[in-house]
Amino acid sequence: MSDDFYKNKTSIEAQPSRTISDSSGSVSDIDYVKPAEVSDQDLYHGHSFITKWIFCQDAKVIGIQYTLTAVFTGIIGLILSWLMRLQLGFPELVPFITAEHYYQFVTMHGMIMVVYFLTALFLGGFGNYLIPLMTGARDMVFPYVNMVSYWMFFVAVLVLMASFFVPGGPTGSGWTLYPPQAILEGTPGSGAGIILMLVSLALFVVGFTMGGLNYVITILQARTRGMTLMRMPLTVWGIFTATVLALLAFPALFVSVIMMSLDRILGTSFFMPTILQAGEILEYGGGSPVLFQHLFWFFGHPEVYIVALPAFGIVSDLISVHSRKNIFGYRMMVWAIVAIGALSFFVWAHHMYVSGMNPWFGFFFATTTLIIAVPTALKVYNWVLTLWRGNIRMTTVMLFCLGFIVTFVNGGITGIFLGNVIVDIPLSDTYFVVAHFHMVMGIAPLMVIFGAIYHWFPLVTGRLLDEKLGKWHFWFSFLGAYSIYFPMHYLGFIGVPRRYFEMYDSPYITSAVGLNQSITIAALIVGLSQFIFIFNIVKSLRMGKPAGKNPWKANSLEWQTPNVPPAHGNWGDKLPVVYRWPYDFNVPGAKEDYIPQTTPPSEVLEAKVEKT
Amino acid sequence: MSDHTLDKLPGGFKGMATDMGSDQTVFKGVNWGKAMMWIFLLSDTFIFSCFLISYMKVRASVVDEWPYPSEVFALNFMGVPVPLLLIAIMTFVLITSSGTMALAVKYGYERNRKMCGWLILATALGGLTFVGMQAFEWSKLIHEGVRPWTNPFGAPQFGSFFFMITGFHGTHVSIGVIFLFIFARKTFRGDFDAGKRGFFTSMKSDYVAIEIMGLYWHFVDLVWVFIFAFFYLW
Repeated sequence: MSDDFYKNKTSIEAQPSRTISDSSGSVSDIDYVKPAEVSDQDLYHGHSFITKWIFCQDAKVIGIQYTLTAVFTGIIGLILSWLMRLQLGFPELVPFITAEHYYQFVTMHGMIMVVYFLTALFLGGFGNYLIPLMTGARDMVFPYVNMVSYWMFFVAVLVLMASFFVPGGPTGSGWTLYPPQAILEGTPGSGAGIILMLVSLALFVVGFTMGGLNYVITILQARTRGMTLMRMPLTVWGIFTATVLALLAFPALFVSVIMMSLDRILGTSFFMPTILQAGEILEYGGGSPVLFQHLFWFFGHPEVYIVALPAFGIVSDLISVHSRKNIFGYRMMVWAIVAIGALSFFVWAHHMYVSGMNPWFGFFFATTTLIIAVPTALKVYNWVLTLWRGNIRMTTVMLFCLGFIVTFVNGGITGIFLGNVIVDIPLSDTYFVVAHFHMVMGIAPLMVIFGAIYHWFPLVTGRLLDEKLGKWHFWFSFLGAYSIYFPMHYLGFIGVPRRYFEMYDSPYITSAVGLNQSITIAALIVGLSQFIFIFNIVKSLRMGKPAGKNPWKANSLEWQTPNVPPAHGNWGDKLPVVYRWPYDFNVPGAKEDYIPQTTPPSEVLEAKVEKT
Repeated sequence: MSDHTLDKLPGGFKGMATDMGSDQTVFKGVNWGKAMMWIFLLSDTFIFSCFLISYMKVRASVVDEWPYPSEVFALNFMGVPVPLLLIAIMTFVLITSSGTMALAVKYGYERNRKMCGWLILATALGGLTFVGMQAFEWSKLIHEGVRPWTNPFGAPQFGSFFFMITGFHGTHVSIGVIFLFIFARKTFRGDFDAGKRGFFTSMKSDYVAIEIMGLYWHFVDLVWVFIFAFFYLW
């Protein structure tokens, strides 16, 4: 830190804080909003390239950094999935895909997509960019910690990527890393690979915790005047609940990671039973592999909702804006998000029906699992009812939202099959499961991510993405994803097991050959079509149509900033004041079809708005 | 703290609902850092709970006999093995340090810089003593042949869990001690009075930081009480 460090601070003057009961302004004034409770935030303004773009404390830049890093790992995950599909569709076509490599690809694809891509993108990327803007804060409450959070994530990604280059390669134990096989010699990458994976996960958890605390406190304690919890956009609700889940679920992952590293490095036996390896009895004994499964899935199931809840929130906002209608049942949507979040902590063992645990456990967890269908279905109905008789704009964003609803319902229905013990047992470890979770937590959230990028790209860059390319991208992705995952349900019904390197010697599976080949071809095409998207982004950065302010005519605060794209500190010298929820679209009596959250009631006297 | 306006807000469940429904903040008058520490501690509670529940699960299911803690953790005092002697002293020291920490917070808010600094220093020394005694306990057990992967008294998981859980807790204490020393220096230097800006964060220092530090320290003590109960008394 140099001498000019102290000079760089606080060009935004802190406004004096007024206390809570200080009632300046009379109550009869319809525009009255309680005075500020907290003094304005002190910010560190970067001046050099390094403090502005690399070690930057601005949540918006950190959000972009998270997004780019997550997308980079996501592309690696995509390439790994191509390699897997090549082997499954056309075995031995590519000579270097051996059984060991195949397992490594499966493992790394799963871990990258779930943790390093989706979680980091939704919470780190969208969370950082949107939370301060949507709640009317200047920045995250602890910008420095926020910066460290990103760089921890960056190091975690580096460590993960390093495992591709160590002797033995990355771990090949499946993304669930089940012991004992994860650390036994027969598994690829049981040397350095698994250790690097565990270290990387631990770093990720530490880094995420720093970011997560920021998101939660910003939402709870740093909202602007007039912004009540029930006036927050559902995006913020989704990200908030997901972050709380993450803060309570990642500890279980952290603990299981520590215990497994000790098993691997020091030879403790937390998870390792007495076991033979290559005819020799190992030193291990007395540990419990099922304990790991419980710890892992206590993290793993909330993790599903850590990915899904932000998607639910974001898609609600996108649907509302692009069908020019308020979200149907806002309060119910909020409570559904919270209820799903709470329930997600009581369903973890539905991943373990065949693990040999007590059958009564299965009964309990099947019940809780099916209860989650209630708030989830409520959300789906509300999305559909929001669209009902709305003024739907068939933008690329809307197409992706519709794609989300369809794929999500599809994946949700197969989830009801798998939630029942008796149906799950014949289906477990088949391609039906693969189809289910890819539909529900792979494709569905991805549809939202794409929709969200098309929606907020104009805010981030000031330019619109190309609609024509966007529609091509949508139809390739949507139809392509269906032609990949829909046939997989059938593969599951005929009993094709997941995670098998090849299976053509079994006569009953020969009927799957044609399907597997067509799935592989579809996967290659869908993967390639993502480059339309990347091309669109690169092209639009330079040559996109200038978006101007608020191109979608949205109400939420992020579009009401004085500068587009928003500058550091977000709001210039005066924080916005909020008078309404973000869903006042097509209000009877109003001149425009939208009323931004910052519009005071005195300006829209004749509009018949709901009190929010 | 000294914000009298907070007294006028409604209390009880009604107050909770009012706060949740209000704009700007949910926890009225609560500093950002303090709120963050509480939520971090909640997350940390889940970590220690996972450790302790795993320990209970393994202890209940392990086949070999679990060592008898009164004997394993006994200390010879004038030729007589006294069960849990060292642990009792460790616990006493740690709980006492919680007391000095609480006093440091009080003197901090009273702007009594000297007294506050000395009490933080006392807390740090208490923590250091605790870590020192834990190191002594570890070396004694290691000397007797206890290792993470084996021990002469029975189930090998005894050693594994003992070193892992006390080690993880000890790490928490050590981190706390380091920060307490830093805080003691800052207090004596008058950073909190002057509102000096932090070296890394560039944010203004305030005495509330001592209270936040105190929250962490009391939490570490509370966790120790649970470890004490589940590991040494069970």
